Amino acid sequence: MSIAAFEPGAEPAADVESSNYLTARNTIASWLLTRDHKRIALLFMASITFFFFVGGFAATLMRMNLATPGGLLQPSVYNRMFTMHGIIMVWFFLIPSIPATLGNFFIPLMIGARDLAFPRVNLASWYVFNLSGLVVLFALVMGGADTGWTFYTPLSTEYANGYVFAAAMAVFINGFSSIMTALNFIVTIHRLRAPGMTWMRLPLFVWGVYAVSVVMLTATPVLAMDTFLLAVERFLGVGLFDPSRGGDPLLWQHMFWFYSHPAVYIMILPGMGVVSEIIPCFARRPVFGYAGMVVALMAIAVLSFFVWAHHMFVAGISIYAGVVFSLMTFFVAVPSAIKVFNWTVSLHKGAILFDAPMLYALGFVLLFTLGGITGLMLATLAVDVHVHGTYFVVAHFHYIMVGATVSAFFGGLHYWWPKITGRLYPEIWARFAAILMYFGFNLTFFPQFVLGYLGMPRRSYTYPPEWQSWNLLSSAGASILAVAYLMPLLYLGWSLIWGRRAGPNPWRATGLEWTIPSPPPSGNFEHTPHVALGPYSYDPERGRYISQDGTSHAV
Amino acid sequence: MYHWIPFWPRTAAVNGVVVNNLYIAELGIGGLIMATVLGMMLSFCIRYRAGSTASRTGLIEKTWHFEIGWTTATLLGFLALFFWGASIYIWLFQAPRGDLEIYVVAKQWMWKVEHPGGQREIDALHVPVGKTVRLVLASEDVIHSFFVPAFRIKHDVVPGALETIWFRASKTGVYRLECTQYCGLQHATMQGEVVVMTPADYANWLAGEGVHRSLAEQGMAIFQAHGCSGCHDPGSTVHAPSLSGLYGTLVHLDDGSVRRADEAYIRDCIFNPRSFTVAGYPPIMPDFSGQLSEGDVLKLIAYIQSLGYRGETSR
Repeated sequence: MSIAAFEPGAEPAADVESSNYLTARNTIASWLLTRDHKRIALLFMASITFFFFVGGFAATLMRMNLATPGGLLQPSVYNRMFTMHGIIMVWFFLIPSIPATLGNFFIPLMIGARDLAFPRVNLASWYVFNLSGLVVLFALVMGGADTGWTFYTPLSTEYANGYVFAAAMAVFINGFSSIMTALNFIVTIHRLRAPGMTWMRLPLFVWGVYAVSVVMLTATPVLAMDTFLLAVERFLGVGLFDPSRGGDPLLWQHMFWFYSHPAVYIMILPGMGVVSEIIPCFARRPVFGYAGMVVALMAIAVLSFFVWAHHMFVAGISIYAGVVFSLMTFFVAVPSAIKVFNWTVSLHKGAILFDAPMLYALGFVLLFTLGGITGLMLATLAVDVHVHGTYFVVAHFHYIMVGATVSAFFGGLHYWWPKITGRLYPEIWARFAAILMYFGFNLTFFPQFVLGYLGMPRRSYTYPPEWQSWNLLSSAGASILAVAYLMPLLYLGWSLIWGRRAGPNPWRATGLEWTIPSPPPSGNFEHTPHVALGPYSYDPERGRYISQDGTSHAV
Repeated sequence: MYHWIPFWPRTAAVNGVVVNNLYIAELGIGGLIMATVLGMMLSFCIRYRAGSTASRTGLIEKTWHFEIGWTTATLLGFLALFFWGASIYIWLFQAPRGDLEIYVVAKQWMWKVEHPGGQREIDALHVPVGKTVRLVLASEDVIHSFFVPAFRIKHDVVPGALETIWFRASKTGVYRLECTQYCGLQHATMQGEVVVMTPADYANWLAGEGVHRSLAEQGMAIFQAHGCSGCHDPGSTVHAPSLSGLYGTLVHLDDGSVRRADEAYIRDCIFNPRSFTVAGYPPIMPDFSGQLSEGDVLKLIAYIQSLGYRGETSR
């Protein structure tokens, strides 16, 4: 130690710098072979950001094509664009988005652990993810698949001539990354909680990631089976889904949705967790009904497995199956409604600040509510018969998966940015981007509800001229949305170098992650923290708050 | 550029009004929920913004009364919507025996329609107003979906199965017919029109399409050409079930199950006879898959229907 102090150029300030996880060792190998959950989170961040813009580029082409009825793209190009948009956005952005980045970074910090339970598995998960990413890029560059992201048989097995096998294998490999990450989170949350961090003292973000990990771990193997059988069928033609050989095309839909409906909740549950962190912090009051929120999260996770055939009300399932799955779908809406109610009441008697994370969170609640209400309409059998397969469905699931989840992702990114980087982002620009994103999103997708009820089928490269006004509005909204998505890339990048230093707790938040320096040191906690109380001990009346380790802060 | 901006589809079938009412009710309930959430959010955000002087005493962290009350109210509301939607669905998806049965065969990327009198059309469907029309849907390749927005009806057309739907048009006019299940390259153009005519115009249209052998007659020709009559004719010496009066009856199979002899059952028997051996008969029927097209099967069904309809009695 004393020898180092005599070395020339080793200033004390540099020593302080080198103590955090970003600067501890800064070789390329130290990043690519890292076992630090925080660095792996950033590696995932880089990967999913890349895929977000690849998928977004496909969406841009689609909306440009749909601005006029005559279109711009060849039909075969348009079909490949929406297929690749779906595959990339679902498996290469939305599913890993919050868990693999914010979850990876903050689960250990929030429960007072030094790392995830299996750091090497965590790194392996990133490599498997990138391997699957390379396969999907191969499929895309070679011309893409043309089946829709749902790979419906027998179109995908016998009639499609794009790179369906490569796309399906990308999804297959990608699943193992999900499984590894989910397993890691479950073991970590069960085994590595700091002393005093009981289950009912866990921050709701940890609960959200826990719920999603359970769903991922149990549902993703089914997806692996599905895509494997699809490959077998496509190459060997054993007739699993081919009626002329005694197979059943609907078998594919049952198996696919048995994974893919829970996958919708995989995309939304972590977002609910993020918003449940942001709202109490910026309303400066405890979340309303913590226990109810936990029960609702877990209820959604469990019920999500019993609703899959609501994608098949008009597909030829029996009427009785239709009725049962409709009923189950209404049941899963109840815990979602509880959460909306609790978030809203969590504003009551607070001392509300409207920083960018809060704007994203409030946007999340409104967009999720509208997505949920239209979900109820789709769950209603007779209405679903009319709007199934139309733009109504497209609008509905974009409200949930893009409106809500991506808002939550950006909200979480802004909320934790000072902790991740040690820098503050420019608040004015961030608020502007948040508001722009909200309006751009609504302008893009609200017209699609109208188009859907009018009867415009999804996955169509052309449409009758009388529907152009709504399509034009939607395309205009998409261009605003594109700007709103690009802005954070610029100002967050700017803040990395020129942003003001954040300090350990710029939001005066109560979680354990805010009790350590920003950026955190490589080992997270110098001493294992002892947790004294639940999250969200904010007092709006006196402006005080108590961190989870029990230290009280006056303002 | 545009004289009007459409926001509501036309309604031209009896069930259209019923579905519209439900949809309007849901829009109302949805608007109410949205207004409640937005209203609470805005009022709290204004009243309890940081620095406002509103009192913060008596802050509520949880009240089970409130939470249970809210949850119960939501659940009851949802159940009401469920029952409303399900009852319409059950009515809509059980096709009655129509005034008119028309066969629709979907293939990449067109709708082929065959009327009982043998008239054929492509990407168009002419029907009389006020009559219950029963459609039998078949696919020759991938999954398509038959959708008439103005009638609020839709059903996937799945290869390997026959689906039946029905409608009763209430207004004459020309309405869009669409495919809403992505079915490959030209999915977007797999569209046609449904022409609803007065019964007199419909009769004229049928007559104007020229003289055809009826579907049942065409089916009889196939029945004889493929040797079906060798076993299934009443005079045959081979031990095979008689087909006269079969349609619509309940059939006992030798695996103990019972099936209604509808379109889907007849199709299954022709293409997959081993799985549908009738109780008391030897499993000797050959498999005709690959020899008959979906269109041929629909003609055979029309022929078997022409042999009589016995209603509910069991054989």
